[in-house]
Amino acid sequence: MRYDCIIIGGGIIGTAVLDRLTAYRLNVLLLEAQDDVASFATRANSGIVHAGYDCEPGTLKAKYNVRGNSVLWKDAEELDVPNLKCGSLVVAREDGLKGLEELQRKGNISGVKTEILDAAATRRIEPNVASDIAYSLYAPSAGIVSPYQLAIGYADRAILNGGEVRLNSSVTAIEEIDNGYRVTAGGEMFEARAVVNCAGNNGAPVNDLVGAEHYDSVYRRGDYFVLDNTERKNVHTVIFPLPTAAGKGILVAPTADGNVIYGPTAVDTVNGDTASTADSLDALRQNVPLSFDKPAFNKCIRVYSGLRTLIGHDFVIGESKLCKNFFMAIGICSPGLTSAPAIADDLSQEIAKKLGAERKKDIVTVLPRRKTLERLLEDGKQLNELVKEDPAWGRIVCRCEKVTEAEIIAAIHSPLPATTVDAVKRRTRAGMGRCQGGFCGPRVMEIISRELGIPLEQVKKGLGAEIARYRVKEVE
Amino acid sequence: MMNDFDVVVIGGGPAGMAAALAANEQGARTLIVERDVRLGGILNQCIHQGFGLHYFGTEMTGPEYAERFRKRVAQQNIEVMLESMVLALDEDKTVTLLSPQRGLMKIKAGAVVLAMGCRERTAGAIALAGTRPAGIYTAGMAQKICNIDGYLVGKEVVILGSGDIGLIMARRMTTEGAKVKLVLELMPYSSGLKRNIVQCLDDYDIPIMYSHTVTRVEGSPRLTGLYYAPVGKDRKPVLAEEKYIPCDTLLLSVGLIPENDLLSGMDIRMSPVTGGATVDQNRMTTVGGVFSCGNVLHVHDLVDNVSREAETAGKNAALWALGSHNEQPECVNVTASDGVRYALPQRISAKEGKIRLFFRVGNVYKNGRLSVVSGGKEIAFRNFRVLAPGEMGSIDVDAAAIEGDVNVRLQL
Ligand SMILES: Cc1cc2nc3c(=O)[nH]c(=O)nc-3n(C[C@H](O)[C@H](O)[C@H](O)COP(=O)(O)OP(=O)(O)OC[C@H]3O[C@@H](n4cnc5c(N)ncnc54)[C@H](O)[C@@H]3O)c2cc1C
Ligand SMILES: Cc1cc2nc3c(=O)[nH]c(=O)nc-3n(C[C@H](O)[C@H](O)[C@H](O)COP(=O)(O)OP(=O)(O)OC[C@H]3O[C@@H](n4cnc5c(N)ncnc54)[C@H](O)[C@@H]3O)c2cc1C
Repeated sequence: MRYDCIIIGGGIIGTAVLDRLTAYRLNVLLLEAQDDVASFATRANSGIVHAGYDCEPGTLKAKYNVRGNSVLWKDAEELDVPNLKCGSLVVAREDGLKGLEELQRKGNISGVKTEILDAAATRRIEPNVASDIAYSLYAPSAGIVSPYQLAIGYADRAILNGGEVRLNSSVTAIEEIDNGYRVTAGGEMFEARAVVNCAGNNGAPVNDLVGAEHYDSVYRRGDYFVLDNTERKNVHTVIFPLPTAAGKGILVAPTADGNVIYGPTAVDTVNGDTASTADSLDALRQNVPLSFDKPAFNKCIRVYSGLRTLIGHDFVIGESKLCKNFFMAIGICSPGLTSAPAIADDLSQEIAKKLGAERKKDIVTVLPRRKTLERLLEDGKQLNELVKEDPAWGRIVCRCEKVTEAEIIAAIHSPLPATTVDAVKRRTRAGMGRCQGGFCGPRVMEIISRELGIPLEQVKKGLGAEIARYRVKEVE
Repeated sequence: MMNDFDVVVIGGGPAGMAAALAANEQGARTLIVERDVRLGGILNQCIHQGFGLHYFGTEMTGPEYAERFRKRVAQQNIEVMLESMVLALDEDKTVTLLSPQRGLMKIKAGAVVLAMGCRERTAGAIALAGTRPAGIYTAGMAQKICNIDGYLVGKEVVILGSGDIGLIMARRMTTEGAKVKLVLELMPYSSGLKRNIVQCLDDYDIPIMYSHTVTRVEGSPRLTGLYYAPVGKDRKPVLAEEKYIPCDTLLLSVGLIPENDLLSGMDIRMSPVTGGATVDQNRMTTVGGVFSCGNVLHVHDLVDNVSREAETAGKNAALWALGSHNEQPECVNVTASDGVRYALPQRISAKEGKIRLFFRVGNVYKNGRLSVVSGGKEIAFRNFRVLAPGEMGSIDVDAAAIEGDVNVRLQL
């Protein structure tokens, strides 16, 4: 099959690029190694839409962060993705005022509005900062978004606009051919005039497949605690400590889905490592109380880890100098989520121009507002009409997050179908609550099996994990 | 506004069924709301023997115990709504539920009995370090998959925690052909019943290591093994002594949490120790007309106690609903100290009659005196040889002897 453009990697970068490219008269294919998009860094980060004051002025990071922040909110609204512009605070003790002023100075150069607050003003925004916090840098344009839902939203919209997504398709070879590239993925071959490398942690190795610029990557893991949604009432904004060389530091933040996170740590490691360590979790236990007065580690419902991929000190974005029509958006570490829509805007324009493609006349921009029980509870009459038509609207499958069978069925049949328990979870929150899918996991598997007509044994948890099942009395 | 029912019972496990029967016996129009497709609660998956010795005088399995109550409920004029999940409870005792048959419904009750049971602590709750592989289950989940769905979750098993469900599953997985290699318990003692240690571990030569915990898990996408280590006095693992054990399954039996999320919007006094509401001897909470019983009130190890407690709650809920002038009664407080973690009820209003106080201790204690003190005087005591956290104890006091707040304590 021949395409105009192939995108490698379905994280936030790849899906955003797909979304933007499908606005042009182009045949675009996205190849993703995992069984769903948003399965790597994009599903395990802080979900912060950064304001951009801390990036070194003049870098791609600064440019795309600031522009991304202005575009992302609109995207999130159009795609019906949970988001909240709740602002952020960098908090400091008496001796930290200088550090805050330095951040503010950088922000001014990049065009980011911030304000330095004293102790009292800080507490009007966040009453629960640690007792010795004397100052803070307030950035009203910062906020939170559901990172995986944003990527899924981009993919869904792109598919409605004619894009194609192939999952379980790890790219293993790329070969230059006349007027383009031949890409091997999941045992199949695809040809395209242009290729975009959005392979995240594998960005550098994918470059090597085709002989584009060689880069060395550094990997840095970040571990988190996720707190029960009962803690949400104690966190009103994103709370950062003063940044250090290792990064933005350990934050306390609400999530767009209504939980709270503490994290991330910064542990140098190897590609692929997302296993949390006891030391690193202990570091969270020690550091969170330094900025936050109401730590509630006993309300933890889950730990998770994400992997940052760094190439030098900045993002690598644009066409390869060695391989014509081979584009890259790699080394996209923080603030990559925030930057994604702006990166995709620029890159898609550049690619479309190179390929001589025009914008389509009619495209889908706004996805229909998803029906959820939470929303329908505000209008009991509509809910009861739905239940009468389809009893699945009255059947709660995930008890903790109150997700109905109908919502799960809808996710399974969405433009980019959810085919694993984790994929359903990312779209509906079934299994994300305090019991962590203990009860609903097996039910979700049954529903996937029934809806997609695949045997129960073949339904996966996600990332290829089989839910091992041995018939009782059949264990050898 | 007219009440739709005198008593609405939320949850149809053993607590809910016993409460409904007792309320019905007082002549109250009674409804049970249960989110599952059948009554019986957790008992439906407990197919081992060990239920009912105290209540029925004969030992039976969980489903048999549940069946006896289901039959009684069916014979009475008690309304049952199945597949109906209660989403909200208001202080005016309006119950909001959702079901595939009825849609969203609001039901006004004269009195409400909370009988929602408990849920298990998960791997997330104990912040297990390492990968996040398939193959980690709470013991109750593995029990449900085994006994209700008919599948085993793995072949080489390590169990963390020695709660009763974990112990029962050690035996169950073994008799089904899996190899249970090791049970690890953080504390120096088990949180389960003595009889379960003997019948489920010792009888099958399954080793248990006290004062040990899992330090991290390995494998992706499926669990391939885990590291464990002894813990020091501060309960922190001594990483220098970490050991590895290969396994494909980790079962967690690390605690049960009363399922009280429905109360989050209500001004009801909770106990930080039990995780349940605080109640008086009638099992009424600080919100008049709202009662609580069974595992949602405090975690029980014997269903017989659950049924009895629920009868108290159900009967008094009916009296409240049918009564004409209802007020929160004057109460004395019941506190626990000196080795006793909690005592329940937490309040007593009765002026006469026998009151049974239930309690749990915070450690293993040997050869001492359990003492109940009120108004500076000991009003009840019991000498004991052993008290363990895994076994709920009880002691009776004479309400007439109470003069001021009551304290339950140990003297060693
Ligand atoms: C701990 C942490 C916290 C962060 N917090 C924030 C934050 O708060 N705000 C913010 O703006 N940014 C944040 N970031 C940065 C942000 O998460 C990343 O920049 C962003 O997710 C990167 O997206 P991506 O698409 O490049 O990578 P990924 O999401 O990793 O996607 C790459 C995809 O490529 C696929 N792939 C790899 N190799 C192949 C192959 N050979 N063939 C096919 N597919 C392949 C992978 O499976 C993966 O799905 C954080 C990052 C981390 C790690
Ligand atoms: C593995 C295991 C082994 C045990 N072994 C023994 C033993 O050997 N002997 C013994 O005597 N006891 C044993 N017990 C203890 C005893 O079974 C329990 O204490 C008892 O079942 C608790 O009853 P309950 O009604 O409070 O809770 P549950 O049985 O948990 O019932 C609660 C019910 O409420 C429903 N519910 C919850 N929330 C809602 C809502 N919002 N809307 C509608 N319905 C809701 C639930 O679906 C459930 O059916 C064991 C328990 C377990 C788990």
